[in-house]
Amino acid sequence: MTPLADMSLLASFALIFVSAAFTDNILLARFLGMCSCLGVSKKVDTSLGLGAAVIFVTACTSALNYLVYQYLLLPLGLDYLRLITFIVVIAAFTQLVEMIIERVSEKLYNSLGIFLPLITVNCAILGISLFMLNKPYSFLQAFAFGLGGGFGWFLAITLIGAIRERINEAALPRGLEGPGITLIIIGIMALGFIGFSGMIKI
Amino acid sequence: MPSPYTKILKDGLLGENPIYRQVLGICSALAVTNLLANTLFMCFGVIFATALTNFTVSLLRNHIPKRIRMIVQVVIIASYVMMIDILIKAVAPDIHRFIGPYVGLIITNCIIMGRAEAFASQNKPLPSLVDGLACGLGYSAVLISIAVVREIMGFGTLLGFALPARDLWWTQWTIMVMPPGAFFMLAIMTWFARAKLVKQEAK
Repeated sequence: MTPLADMSLLASFALIFVSAAFTDNILLARFLGMCSCLGVSKKVDTSLGLGAAVIFVTACTSALNYLVYQYLLLPLGLDYLRLITFIVVIAAFTQLVEMIIERVSEKLYNSLGIFLPLITVNCAILGISLFMLNKPYSFLQAFAFGLGGGFGWFLAITLIGAIRERINEAALPRGLEGPGITLIIIGIMALGFIGFSGMIKI
Repeated sequence: MPSPYTKILKDGLLGENPIYRQVLGICSALAVTNLLANTLFMCFGVIFATALTNFTVSLLRNHIPKRIRMIVQVVIIASYVMMIDILIKAVAPDIHRFIGPYVGLIITNCIIMGRAEAFASQNKPLPSLVDGLACGLGYSAVLISIAVVREIMGFGTLLGFALPARDLWWTQWTIMVMPPGAFFMLAIMTWFARAKLVKQEAK
């Protein structure tokens, strides 16, 4: 397999996107963003809304955090401040987006806006920024990683939402209702996604 | 008569156990529980962060303006998590390589924010410290029990030590140390815990 650095830009972009979305799915393989996933995935509509917001925010914040880390923290030797910097960048970015959306489009605000505060505490976003540092990505590749990670989360939560809508009426043991059965669904989906692993290795 | 501290401790460990009762903070519960050693470090980090964050938030509770309290809490949490991150990196670099990103993710662990918001912002510092400790311990108890099962079933080891004569009779359930195993284990444990709660409430 050719190393990432030798590939054409487009090829490495596509490869990172697919691997972040499928083989290394942030929810099913890395366990991130579970809390909001369990809370919001009761319906497909809300899953779609939150998923879309997450794609947007992860893609932008991973790019932003990449720049901040490479050009501000590393040269100044402030590597250890990365956690606090990243979370502040993410919180400030979501706040900003919320304000912009509120001004620009009321319709968009009503469908996406309510999810934005939830996103600050969604560990998938911070997680993607942190995992990104483990690999020697360029700026565009980091963006692809964020985009792919967000898309993977979107895909997982939408599928879970669809399944949960179906089993809404099913008779379950009392103790298994809610989080219990959802975790089992996610477990089975994770089994399915293992099938993707081995497809790509970076 | 039991002191208020005993009650807080008991609530955190059993009655209001963050994972079973409130289903909070399970991201890290799943990710680090494939090996007991990783789990122990993670638990230490969470206990440290919940306890001290609760304490600090409670000390400052009358000075933080309501509107910006979220961001203040996040900064407080992030500072403690940073300390843990540096500490674990120094003490156990091998383990840090694996759980590093998840240690950073303690910041967004909803348990910490949840307790700061629900308890520490309305109570005195000392009870808040105990509450943080109790919730951290309750969380750790669940994590450790999941980790023990997953490591034994998945690798046939415990804390890295092999079961006696493992190769003769033990077939490793590799699936248990992979992601699905974590989901199934947590599902089963929540099922039991909730079924018990339902029974108690029916009484």
